[in-house]
Amino acid sequence: MSAYAHPEVLVETAWLTKNLSNPNIRIAEVDVDTSAYELGHIPGAIGWAWNTQLCDTVRRDILSREQLEALLSEAGVTPETTIVLYGDSNNWFAAWAFWQLKIYGHKDVRILNGGRKKWIADGHELTADAPSYAATQYRAQEPDLSLRAFLPQVQQAVQARAVSLVDVRSPQEFSGEILAPPGLPETCQRGGHIPGARSIPWGKACNDDGTFKSYEELKALYKAEGIDESRPTITYCRIGERSSHTWFVLKYLVGLPNVVNYDGSWTEWGNLVGAPVERGAAAAAAA
Amino acid sequence: MELAGWPVRLTSYRAGDKYVCQADNVSPAACLARFAAPTLEEAESQAISKAQHLLSKTRRYAV
Repeated sequence: MSAYAHPEVLVETAWLTKNLSNPNIRIAEVDVDTSAYELGHIPGAIGWAWNTQLCDTVRRDILSREQLEALLSEAGVTPETTIVLYGDSNNWFAAWAFWQLKIYGHKDVRILNGGRKKWIADGHELTADAPSYAATQYRAQEPDLSLRAFLPQVQQAVQARAVSLVDVRSPQEFSGEILAPPGLPETCQRGGHIPGARSIPWGKACNDDGTFKSYEELKALYKAEGIDESRPTITYCRIGERSSHTWFVLKYLVGLPNVVNYDGSWTEWGNLVGAPVERGAAAAAAA
Repeated sequence: MELAGWPVRLTSYRAGDKYVCQADNVSPAACLARFAAPTLEEAESQAISKAQHLLSKTRRYAV
């Protein structure tokens, strides 16, 4: 069995239990449901709310460099700290945090394989005690925007058809049957997908226990839809966080050299006047 | 289980002296509701009720 392209970015629950008191590690929980942390979290873990602490709350954007520095300084993080991220929903928003930390150049960021679900399933301790760490003066790098796609880049990709687009939403969102995941707010005027996109729902990258599938399984999953190292890849979803999960998988587990996350995603594209839209189920991938 | 025509996964566990029940939509496994209560039955009942309410508002379009 082949190893992941970058196995060092994953940690297992057994490893984390032995490193809970390691002062060089900072564990951070990032959940879809921001109240989960307060109910119980990994001992020593801090909690980050994706909707208020991992995005700009005035304009639609990721954290600015200054905002990230403030967040990490408050968490007592230095550039040498190993940050271990985990969360619910197969580490969906933990991957969102991972993506931003990498944009701003934090060297050692890892994800707990299986996230919160695996930690609980393995019978490990949860605590409601919120830790406190001495603040630091964290300095981030300049943002590496080669990890992020903006609208013009995606529009060019659609025209040129020389880039692979991966739509990681559910098949029903992809087809336009629904505008948002069931039960969640609709954030766009139109349903469908970006022309030329392949439908590979993000959850297919994970096992039932929340852990990531093997390298071979992941490579086959994406190869079947024509996603490989032969072309640059852009991932997108509704607001860019499910697609950050797939970005993580493609870049760090499968090892694609050129993959970016389009965080404007369908909320931007589906509201854009005049943007081309395809509807209906995905056609078979070209042989 | 299914609520309002959508598949839902319930996960229940104990946290301290309370029971927690979380209802996720299966795709994409987003948490729709999470409730903590003194009993498992109450936690599940609350989570199911809220999830049902949210899912019943999901609009479907002809494709």
